[in-house]
Amino acid sequence: MRIGIDVGGTNTDAVLLDGSTVLAATKASTSRDVTTGIVQALDALRAQRAFQPGELTAVMIGTTHFINALVQARDLAPTAALRLGLPATASLPPMVDWPRRLVGAVSGRAYLAHGGHEFDGRHIAELNEAELRAHAADMAAHGVRSVAISSVFSPVSNEFELRAAEVLAAELGPDVALSLSHEIGRIGLLERENATIVNAALRELAAHIVDGLIRSLADYGITAPLYLSQNDGTLMDVEYARRYPVATFASGPTNSMRGAALLSGLGTCAVVDVGGTTSDVGVLSGGFPREATTEVSIAGIRTNFRMPDVVSIGIGGGSLVRETADGPTVGPDSVGYRLTEEALVFGGSTLTATDLAVAAGRADIGDPVAVARLDPTLVKAALDRIAVDVADIVERMRTSADPLPVVAVGGGSVLLPDDLPGAGGVHRPDHFAVANAIGAAIAQVGGEVDRVYAIGSGRREAVVDEARQEAVDRAIAAGADPAGVRIVDFDEVPVPYLPGNATRIRCKAVGDLQLPA
Amino acid sequence: MSWKLGLDQLTDLARGAALLGTGGGGDPLIGRLLVEQAIREHGPVTVLDPEELDDDAFVIPTAMMGAPTVMVEKIPSGAEPVAALRALEAHLGRSADATMPIECGGINSMIPLFVAARTGLPVVDADGMGRAFPELQMETFSVYGVPGTPMAIAGENGESVIIDTGGDNKRMEWISRGVTVRLGGSSLIAEYAMTGADVKRTAIPRTLSLALAVGRAIRQGRENHTDPVAVLRETLAGTIYTHLRVLFSGKVTDVERRTVEGFTRGRARFTGHDGHSTLELRFQNEHLVAVVDGDVVCIVPDLICVLEGDTAEPITTEGLRYGQRVTVVGISTPDLMRTPEALDVFGPSCFGLDHPFVPVERLVPEAP
Repeated sequence: MRIGIDVGGTNTDAVLLDGSTVLAATKASTSRDVTTGIVQALDALRAQRAFQPGELTAVMIGTTHFINALVQARDLAPTAALRLGLPATASLPPMVDWPRRLVGAVSGRAYLAHGGHEFDGRHIAELNEAELRAHAADMAAHGVRSVAISSVFSPVSNEFELRAAEVLAAELGPDVALSLSHEIGRIGLLERENATIVNAALRELAAHIVDGLIRSLADYGITAPLYLSQNDGTLMDVEYARRYPVATFASGPTNSMRGAALLSGLGTCAVVDVGGTTSDVGVLSGGFPREATTEVSIAGIRTNFRMPDVVSIGIGGGSLVRETADGPTVGPDSVGYRLTEEALVFGGSTLTATDLAVAAGRADIGDPVAVARLDPTLVKAALDRIAVDVADIVERMRTSADPLPVVAVGGGSVLLPDDLPGAGGVHRPDHFAVANAIGAAIAQVGGEVDRVYAIGSGRREAVVDEARQEAVDRAIAAGADPAGVRIVDFDEVPVPYLPGNATRIRCKAVGDLQLPA
Repeated sequence: MSWKLGLDQLTDLARGAALLGTGGGGDPLIGRLLVEQAIREHGPVTVLDPEELDDDAFVIPTAMMGAPTVMVEKIPSGAEPVAALRALEAHLGRSADATMPIECGGINSMIPLFVAARTGLPVVDADGMGRAFPELQMETFSVYGVPGTPMAIAGENGESVIIDTGGDNKRMEWISRGVTVRLGGSSLIAEYAMTGADVKRTAIPRTLSLALAVGRAIRQGRENHTDPVAVLRETLAGTIYTHLRVLFSGKVTDVERRTVEGFTRGRARFTGHDGHSTLELRFQNEHLVAVVDGDVVCIVPDLICVLEGDTAEPITTEGLRYGQRVTVVGISTPDLMRTPEALDVFGPSCFGLDHPFVPVERLVPEAP
């Protein structure tokens, strides 16, 4: 048995799973300290289905806590960014493109030092340890508690980041956390460095939260290993989460989509997650969310995280319904969390999308008598409007002429009809309201390679095999069952104007987590 | 009239430059950040209309050469482009009165602005490609008799190299490419030094203004919830890039890329929203030819631009991914780029294409 928990900004959802069977599911309010809400969720699960802590093989948690901390600029540690690349890169020092407010929130200090590599592994300049020690002394003098280290082309060679980390660790001692960019991001210095600095700023909070999670599970008598879910739908163990909190940033929508895949039994489908204010539409391909191809900016900071490609529209359970000369409109404004006070079915005076669903007999929420006198023509026209708008987004997310099945999850999915215009039948699996917690519980572990290779004549296959093997090895090192590791993503982009057929290869391997029998 | 370019215009300019990059030219982002920093430190840049240049004014264009993929990782020190300019001035024994882009598409729209901000020189509102091209001899400067050399190349260690191949601009390209590889795959250059009279005779005029107008049109179309492509069409109608044609709307179904002789060559295939019609784009760093259901609908040097379906944000060939929803447009180039001499330097045959050049407004006669 395993437990999946999704700690969102509003709700903490939890499920108890045996294999892929849902034994218990619950939705509770998120507590300020995170851990109280988790204990309440565990109590609620146990009330539904008694279990012994010893029966659990793993606990998986997905959380938006760290991305919310960045967006709200709270609980961030005083952070320094050290970049190795001089004499190159001096024109754009670290954090140059950050919102000033966030630079202030992390007490950000930028340092440049000699080092860095060329694309082919040559050194731009040698590392200068005296220079690094001087920077370390300045960091200590300014109360820096966490350091992000980036080096030019570190995805090609991590040599300088590792050596600089040794020097800094010796100077600053064990209490200052070090985050290395080659472990966090891909090629693209500023984006990788940004992600590393954000990670560094979250390290203290991560230690605090992870300690709290471990303690609350231990208090509950749970000794099973604890994992956190990452952006790409794979898992990390708590020690990794302590060091790489930034890797949780996009886990919310990813878990919701992966959960939908399990519940519906569909690996390739569109997932419509209907919440209170918006509907988020994403596409699963082979069980994993399709990734966005545009740069992702979080709280005004550019990064190159892999994020799911999700399109949102302002239609949810709390959306306001209005009558106009051209027919009814739905959303984009919503009563949000005040649904249980303002909707007609809850005795309020606002016509919401939820009232339509109840009036049409699609949902049993609140008091159906309150909507009995709604004009059936209006109800039908407004629900048709919702169906057409959602179907339009699904249609735009399609990548081929083949039919794409649609899976509806989230509390607001009662708004959708059984058939979407042009898209066919809507799958509405059991437990659709807690799909995200289920997604956390079934996450896999992965390994990734992203590097520029010089591919000599006739060497392409050998190089491709090497990259694939390294991704597989990394997945196994992260805890994947070697029997089932497979490559889920492979991308090869030649680098123009360089000799030796320089090619950037990105490769990702994933497998099921190897759990004790 | 000369005008000032400030921080608030750079995002629109970068978007427009990405469009004029016609799939290549490198992501203008690093260039934009460089210019932003320089303008913050030194103040706005003065942009000169080419007609304002004295005939005997001395103009030295500046640019980046090499792999944009390297530039996003090994960012310049910042001293290189000015160092290249100074090295060429020293070699020629004459100071520049202004700098100028050699290429208005992609990152090279930004490098001269960075030089201008740092040196206080004005930048001329013109360029030599009218878009982006992969090689240094593919310039209207070159077509109409301006020698590219002597040229100067600078690296981040303070080193500089002068190359002089007389009037042979193809050989300049070949030798400087080799030096750039030794410098780590990207370098900063000053070349095609010329007089104001030569600028007026050989350059594509007002392409900085054009990039700014194009970037602004796309943004405003989006902000006003009108079709950005329609706003773009209206904007171009009043310029020497008069005609815009929507070539195709659909989704990316296949992208094939390979490195041949230092270029990214390949093709991308798209399927229409109806599920039947197809578009094939061939590219060598930049888009070369668009073929819809077997018919050529736009061909180099006319511009072929892939725009994100909803936002009309330009997408480069490197950014093309399976499943993207796009609108592909063709844009006519100015007459100066369509003469027989120009087509000999950057027409279809220079990229190994058999199809002759036919203007996009004739290939797709009616604005759809």
